[in-house]
Amino acid sequence: MITFSHRQLKTPRLLRPVYLVTAGLSKCDRAMPDKRTEELCIEALAMAAKLIDRTPAELKKYIHTAYYGHFADHFGDQLLGEAVIHDRLGLDPLGNVGIKTGGATGGSTLWEAVKAVASGYSDCVLAMGWERMDEVPTDEGNHLIACAADKDWETPLGHIYTGYYAVMAQKYWQVFGREEDSFRRTLAEISVKHHGYARFNPFAHGGMKITAEDVINSPVVAYPLRALDCCLMSVGAACAIICDEDTATELTKNTRNKPLRIWVAAGSHTLRPACRRNMEIPLLPNESPDQYKDLAERFPGSERYPGFTGFLAARISALYAYNMCGITDPSEDLDLVELHDAFTISDIQTYEDLGIRPYGYGRDYVESGDCYHTNPRTGQPGKLPSNISGGLIGCMHAVGATGIMQVFEVATHLWNRWAEIHGDKALWEKFGRQKPDDWQDLQVAGARRGMAVSHAGVGSHVTCTVLMDPDSLIKENA
Amino acid sequence: MSKFAQVTVKNNRYIFSGDFHHICPNQPIRDLDNNGRLTGITNPRDMTYVHSYGGEAVFFENLSRGKIHGSRCDNPECEFTGTVYLPFRIHCPDCLAKNTVIDLTDICKTSARIHTFMVCERSGAFNTLAKPMKFINIEFDGVATILMSYLSVGEPRIGMRVKPIFKTTDPTYTILDLSWVPEDTQKNQLPPGFSFG
Ligand SMILES: [Zn+2]
Repeated sequence: MITFSHRQLKTPRLLRPVYLVTAGLSKCDRAMPDKRTEELCIEALAMAAKLIDRTPAELKKYIHTAYYGHFADHFGDQLLGEAVIHDRLGLDPLGNVGIKTGGATGGSTLWEAVKAVASGYSDCVLAMGWERMDEVPTDEGNHLIACAADKDWETPLGHIYTGYYAVMAQKYWQVFGREEDSFRRTLAEISVKHHGYARFNPFAHGGMKITAEDVINSPVVAYPLRALDCCLMSVGAACAIICDEDTATELTKNTRNKPLRIWVAAGSHTLRPACRRNMEIPLLPNESPDQYKDLAERFPGSERYPGFTGFLAARISALYAYNMCGITDPSEDLDLVELHDAFTISDIQTYEDLGIRPYGYGRDYVESGDCYHTNPRTGQPGKLPSNISGGLIGCMHAVGATGIMQVFEVATHLWNRWAEIHGDKALWEKFGRQKPDDWQDLQVAGARRGMAVSHAGVGSHVTCTVLMDPDSLIKENA
Repeated sequence: MSKFAQVTVKNNRYIFSGDFHHICPNQPIRDLDNNGRLTGITNPRDMTYVHSYGGEAVFFENLSRGKIHGSRCDNPECEFTGTVYLPFRIHCPDCLAKNTVIDLTDICKTSARIHTFMVCERSGAFNTLAKPMKFINIEFDGVATILMSYLSVGEPRIGMRVKPIFKTTDPTYTILDLSWVPEDTQKNQLPPGFSFG
């Protein structure tokens, strides 16, 4: 049994308000033989500058420190690639540091950037993340990712990280999904949704018009997961500019970007998934102490928490984040979310870890239609739309950039600029992509608050980033 | 003629012999859609690393002898004294005292059951397991944690009773020397080099 002290569970506090001022994203693709990584980073930074009507040179004059998210040195055979990018961005002699927490690298980079501003060390910080997963063949890529597991106890087992995830999927599939065809179909609907939304996103490289049958008939990767249940492997870069209030006000004056309050909290549950000790379920503000008492009766096999069915790191980061900014119920308090849909089933597991639904009932978030931009059951706006970008399944998963891409996407809704950016025909053309004739405006109308969840494999690291319009805060002095 | 990298320890220092890397020429990468113009370069890398098992060495050594060792916190001051770990933990994760190495072979033989599993057709580079691979996560009576390993005979199922087998002939001295089979498996069904210990 693991227990936590009240000191360990202290609600994190920022010493002053911190703002997301602007953000940018490069084109994302499976491979980019024609581009060095710095070209992608410059593309992302130039977009961030453009959104606040500045030149990159003007924006750079505000930057005081830089945080770089880049997961796998192995992939590029370049140790300390952060230093190379920093130099190419022309930001020497500013202090900079590299961040790596697997799939959560983007979120962790924002975590560090926000703390640098909150502490007063910097008034304006660059958070930039990237990855390129196209410079080794896929099987070697799988080996390199598997090197992030425990090299004595796990990596030799197949050298495939997906396998370490899939044992969790299998447990959830049997215990909470009860191996039902209806549950399998719900998983497929997530893939349909994310590939579908990605069609309207010029940055995305996984847009597809598919049906649940297409997903259910796609090749098995690790039963019950099939090829279309899995995220993309991508090349791309994303960045965000994080500031204190005065700098945020100055940088956004007379622009369409309103500074957004930002909070980031992190949790962990380190690798060796097999080595998890059990514990009591930490409760979120919208859960009651007795609601899980009979969980094992309702779902035999769910006796161990977090066992193999939940991501403790996601739950803990949500607990910190919600308490930090006053969220008492994510479905009520948030207008949209971007979740780390590495696999359709881990997406469902995460709904429960975040308290969007109680443990055991994640599927209802999809089946109710709440997770859609427009609820297919009612034709009305979804209660809490998720992954309108297309997520990792439809948009991209360029590991170090992913968590920042998600925040960029959420912010475009809060700025009410989603359609302007994603519908821009010139951008589609620049990326060599065809804007679909049936392109839809997926702006979440009136969005004021959103959250992005960045997650590393098997839940080793998870961050929750919350963005709010400063005129729609939940808690004073948050 | 190249020779596999070999390492021994003498006076607490590594002594290296053989080849730890191989030099292959870089090759240009050309874009066939653009008159074969240069876009990049290959960078061959073939290296052998040296790695210490440290306090876990006893576990890997004993697999080749048909034994599974775990560890237990015996620190009377520890809030969780008596907790048993497999995978092996050198130190207690709570009090950080050095754990006692204990023989769990009998517990593994009598109480192992599958907590969850997965069957995988794909592997990463450097994999040596036969495909499809059947990963299993195993729970044991009186052990706080669950062990990740693989099933060598039959099809896995949650709750299934399994027993350990060991690569006692030509061991690899890695976690792959330990595998599992359904409890009614006979000796003649085991993969080459494996025995019940
Ligand atoms: Zn102890």
